[in-house]
Amino acid sequence: MTTATTPHLVDLLRFNTCGSVDDGKSTLIGRLLYDSKSLMEDQIEALERSADITGGGQINLANLTDGLRAEREQGITIDVAYRYFATPHRKFIIADTPGHVQYTRNMVTGASTANLSIILIDARLGVIEQSRRHSCIASLLRIPHLVVAINKMDLVDWSEERFLEIKDQFDEFLPRLDIKDVKFIPVSALKGDNIVFPSPQTPWYPGPTLLGHLETVHIASDSNLSNFRFPVQWVNRPNNPTDHSLHDFRGLSGQIAGGVVRIGQKVMVLPSGFKSTIKQIWTLDGPLQEAFSPQSVTLVLEHDLDVSRGDMIVDAEDLPGASSDLHAKICWMNPRPLVAGKQYLLKHTNQTVKSVITSIEHKINITTLDKEDGITELAMNDLGEIRIKTAKPLIYDGYATNRLTGSFILIEPGTNSTVAAGMLMQPIDVAHPEYRDFAI
Amino acid sequence: MPSYHLDHLNYLETEAIHIMREVAAEFERPALLFSGGKDSICLLRLAEKAFRPSDIPMPFLNVATGHEFPELLEFRDRRAGELNAKLIIRTVDEALEKGIAVQAPGQISRNQLQIPVLLAAIEEFRFDCCIGGARRDEEKARAKERFFSFRDSFGQWDPKIQRPEIWNLYNGRLNPGENMRVFPLSNWTEMDVWEYIRREKLEVPSIYFSHKRRCVRRQGQWVPDTDLIPAKANEEVREMIVRVRTIGDIISTGCVESPANSYDDIIEEIAVARVTERGSRADDRVSEAAMEDRKKAGYF
Repeated sequence: MTTATTPHLVDLLRFNTCGSVDDGKSTLIGRLLYDSKSLMEDQIEALERSADITGGGQINLANLTDGLRAEREQGITIDVAYRYFATPHRKFIIADTPGHVQYTRNMVTGASTANLSIILIDARLGVIEQSRRHSCIASLLRIPHLVVAINKMDLVDWSEERFLEIKDQFDEFLPRLDIKDVKFIPVSALKGDNIVFPSPQTPWYPGPTLLGHLETVHIASDSNLSNFRFPVQWVNRPNNPTDHSLHDFRGLSGQIAGGVVRIGQKVMVLPSGFKSTIKQIWTLDGPLQEAFSPQSVTLVLEHDLDVSRGDMIVDAEDLPGASSDLHAKICWMNPRPLVAGKQYLLKHTNQTVKSVITSIEHKINITTLDKEDGITELAMNDLGEIRIKTAKPLIYDGYATNRLTGSFILIEPGTNSTVAAGMLMQPIDVAHPEYRDFAI
Repeated sequence: MPSYHLDHLNYLETEAIHIMREVAAEFERPALLFSGGKDSICLLRLAEKAFRPSDIPMPFLNVATGHEFPELLEFRDRRAGELNAKLIIRTVDEALEKGIAVQAPGQISRNQLQIPVLLAAIEEFRFDCCIGGARRDEEKARAKERFFSFRDSFGQWDPKIQRPEIWNLYNGRLNPGENMRVFPLSNWTEMDVWEYIRREKLEVPSIYFSHKRRCVRRQGQWVPDTDLIPAKANEEVREMIVRVRTIGDIISTGCVESPANSYDDIIEEIAVARVTERGSRADDRVSEAAMEDRKKAGYF
């Protein structure tokens, strides 16, 4: 038995919740926090205070998450809110995103860092357009795990038949999605059934509660550990090193975006194509023999090469793609629509380059994932496939292979607004650096 | 077979280091807000992890209210010295003298008054980015704030036009006069902070640990009895064994009765605590939207 004072290692699961205003999403989060004893007295007090004003005396668990005064007044959630709770098994970060159609961009934001997505379905309504839309976004963003929480089971008399009917509706749609792990759980967020405590109402359901599933779902293999990718973030060259023996130190700092790196490993710097060997993996806590994604480290190479922010260090035998003609799926996030021919700044890993949208290939129907041709612009919250030309080649992987080296954002020059989230298609060809055969 | 999976503290650490390095790479004149409190103590360790063996490539900035615990100021100065960092201090007293900040009649708390001082310091040093130790679990308004929190030329936060933050791609681009506040600890909880302090064996000001102090009962909590607001005859004063959970001004920081003498004790205490950390800060109780209003006006 570990107590609070014993340092015991737990990992962290990030999930997002999707549902419409009336699916009980806020109630579900409130219930998770309340029943897992993650709420404090002053939070409960604040809930009770606001219950007197708006809830006719009843505690409204949804008030826990509907944070800003502007939102409470309008009864909506305007943005992504993050919530934190922990059990002895795991720590959790919830990205709580509103479900109405105009807020696709918020859901994309919340989903981009999630290991798992909870889709809420009202048992009375079954799979509706919005459930499909949320599942499609989860699939496009390649969230590894999906939970379909069929809520308000109390309002359909805890009917197993209804549960299976909804599961069938969803299964029918599932082959279109790219999600391997899907779990269905019958719940009542309002009453607390199968959220933290197993429900006596569902003897026909043998599976875990929602929290039980969140605590045990296997996430250790969610990140890419096969292709070593290290976008150089900051060149670490001390003027007055803390340790004087390090006056020649030239480190390359960054966060490993994929794979594992080891001392002695043969690597290539892209786009230059210079080859070298990993001499040291430096950290404040001492040197490491190996490091893996997403650790932040400082690499020292055997050779003193000209490397700067925006370059990528990769395994010499396992090269990513390189191109300035890119094909990508994007989610448009700005009130001013995307028009072909317009220039934007594109931020990918640690570099920002000029780019121009050369064409809009399709719009992606967000409810079916079907492609719609003949499109001239993408509006806010639209998903589409586009072609982009960049001022210099990107060193990248397909988003399906690596979420970090396969993603980008578009920034509108002038306003500096982030206007799109982009996911790159698999590269057609690997990098052919100029100095490919240059051996040191 | 080694495990290639990070535990939660290592995950939060690598995320925060990544953000610190983005700031160093993308901004011309960043500053790190260092008060000497527990959250900013973690920031300093993360800065060491991000930038060593080089110097931390930004000065530390502290906006002092003049109502600090003396233990905090001593610690602040010493720690900055140990790290060989440049510490810039701007005070509310100075700002009141110069007329940059104006005290409302009857206003005793200096929390609000930090806003004009911070904005003046940003202008004086032309800082384009300030790294702060705010966490999203502290408060509802913070829960909706980004890692890179854009402020207009008046330092104001507008929750409705925040830049979407997707994957680990942060948009730090600014027009002249605009400013970014960056919060590397956004995803940390109070428990994470203490677990990290314990793991890294970081020194904290002594007032976080149990000590003897004369306290006065005000607005349902025990606050230090000081000359700034002497106890009135009808106020209950008591000598107690207390510690502070969060450090604000000495006049408004609630002291909790506690025997906690070590990191382990504190972590145990938080694990069973039934009140949030900000429950002991009178400045957040004014209204349910107190923090939302302060942030919109340019607060940290």
